[in-house]
Amino acid sequence: MHSRPRPSPHRQHATRYDLRYPWYMSVPVQLTVEFASRIRAHALRMVSNASAAHIGSALSIADILSVLYTHVLRVDPTKPDWPERDRLIVSKGHATSILYAALAERGFFPLDWLADYCKDESKLLGHVSHHVPGVEVSTGSLGHGLPIACGMALAAKRDGRSNRTFVILSDGELDEGSCWEAILFAGHNRLSNLTAIVDYNKIQSFGTVKDVLDLDPLAAKWDAFHWHTLEIDGHDIAQLQVALSSVPLEADRPTVIIAHTIKGKGVSFMEDRLEWHYKSPNAVQLEQALQELGYSC
Amino acid sequence: MRTAFINTLNELASRDERIWLLCGDLGFSVLEPFAKSFPNRYVNVGVAEQNMTGVAAGLALSGKIVFTYSIANFPVIRCLEQIRNDVCAHNLNVKIVSVGGGFAYGSAGYTHHGTEDLAIMRVLPNMTVLAPGDPVETRLLTVAATEQPGPCYLRLGKAGEPTIHTSEPEITIGKAIILRQGVDGTLISTGGMLGSAIKAANELFALGVSVTVLSMPALSPLDKGAILHAAKNTGRILTVENHGLGGLGSAVAEVLAESTICPRFAAMYLQARPASVAGSEATMYASHGLSVGDITSKMMSLIDS
Repeated sequence: MHSRPRPSPHRQHATRYDLRYPWYMSVPVQLTVEFASRIRAHALRMVSNASAAHIGSALSIADILSVLYTHVLRVDPTKPDWPERDRLIVSKGHATSILYAALAERGFFPLDWLADYCKDESKLLGHVSHHVPGVEVSTGSLGHGLPIACGMALAAKRDGRSNRTFVILSDGELDEGSCWEAILFAGHNRLSNLTAIVDYNKIQSFGTVKDVLDLDPLAAKWDAFHWHTLEIDGHDIAQLQVALSSVPLEADRPTVIIAHTIKGKGVSFMEDRLEWHYKSPNAVQLEQALQELGYSC
Repeated sequence: MRTAFINTLNELASRDERIWLLCGDLGFSVLEPFAKSFPNRYVNVGVAEQNMTGVAAGLALSGKIVFTYSIANFPVIRCLEQIRNDVCAHNLNVKIVSVGGGFAYGSAGYTHHGTEDLAIMRVLPNMTVLAPGDPVETRLLTVAATEQPGPCYLRLGKAGEPTIHTSEPEITIGKAIILRQGVDGTLISTGGMLGSAIKAANELFALGVSVTVLSMPALSPLDKGAILHAAKNTGRILTVENHGLGGLGSAVAEVLAESTICPRFAAMYLQARPASVAGSEATMYASHGLSVGDITSKMMSLIDS
């Protein structure tokens, strides 16, 4: 694939994230903010180019992913299979455009690949695929990521390894019973090396969370299942940095970070709008969105 | 079969630290020795088979060889999507063990009858599907499944099944085992019907008919060569299984339909009829037309027609 050179709308912004700051060093907030802005722009171009869906869900976790990939995850893009790496599972597999953008910015594969998102022969499928460098697990059907993350965390704990496991869940995903099986399991087995991040944007596939299947009080539910619970603004980079770099917060309990987010965050006409779970921005909408982020088509 | 399996697993686990065992809160009086010997590699995950399978996938992604264990449909159909997406699509070292294939839990009712599992498991990518015919095959296939990387479904009976093999056969996953050579037809059996197939062969012999008996413990990969060889050389094929449509009979029919060989063929399998009354294992099979006498009669009808 990708052997044929082609003009890429991503190429003009191919200022790669400079890994001057290894995971153990503090990263300036501004650097993460810029990373988040870039991956939002990539994701918008990708879904528009492919007429794909789920841009609202992607923008919702842009800041979470940016903090993870610039500040938190101990990963090495030159050695994606490094055994001691931290694991991240994006269980809301439909938010794949933003994950691929983050992996490309982080150097796991060339930024050029993003132009082929969802196109024939591209590895960048419309849901998260483990055939893409840097991806641990394929997802797409909801409720699968947390059980797998539990297995990874359990293996690390019993093997005495220090790597940590992170999993990003959507709020609608928490309708799945398999999530609650795993939440019960992780609390019972004291998987302190496991961190779940709930992208709580309050809008699921076909309605608001409140209307479809209300999760409230969400923090109390996790707390009752023996998780350390933290509620933060999922778009506040500084808050995310502090929270995610502080885990585990307890020696014998897993951590859940309930990140209050906004679906479509960063593009005014997409924010908090259910239809952007499905719609793909046309050329005019793409240009407007990119302008809001300080980019052009 | 259950005893042969767990004894073998205990032996293997003592030699290979990668072997883990997860159970869905079932296995009383079976799994305790493993749990006691290898507490760090054993988890009772609770009555939560979706999570059990996902946890198994996560462990396998961390380098473990993971066995999941429960009864009948619980570790199979209850968590089918986890098996499909998490285990098979990632080609992981997860071995799904189900106790109670067919009507092994006869009187327990339809919830505990494994009657569609082989059909479902054999169409999944990367999945090896094994249904041993007796405790000897169980022991040998447990070893083979552990040594072979990738997903595997191991379908067992319960306990107390007769040992059919009088000597230890050579077992290769994907190869049929010849128990008897005959010229008038071939009985192909998978899973716990092997004893009935042998008894039927004995009855047929008394009637002056000699049949080949093939044990087909692997439905995927299937020994197509053995099927075609039997079809060509004996002219009559009868499959016998303690499972419904879509299992061995269907798999053999697919092979024959795509070949140029046209033997007389019949498949004996369980009817799609959820149990409404209690019955022992033997009673249940008889009520579905799968007694030894039924097998004998069916082969005779193939020969006479």
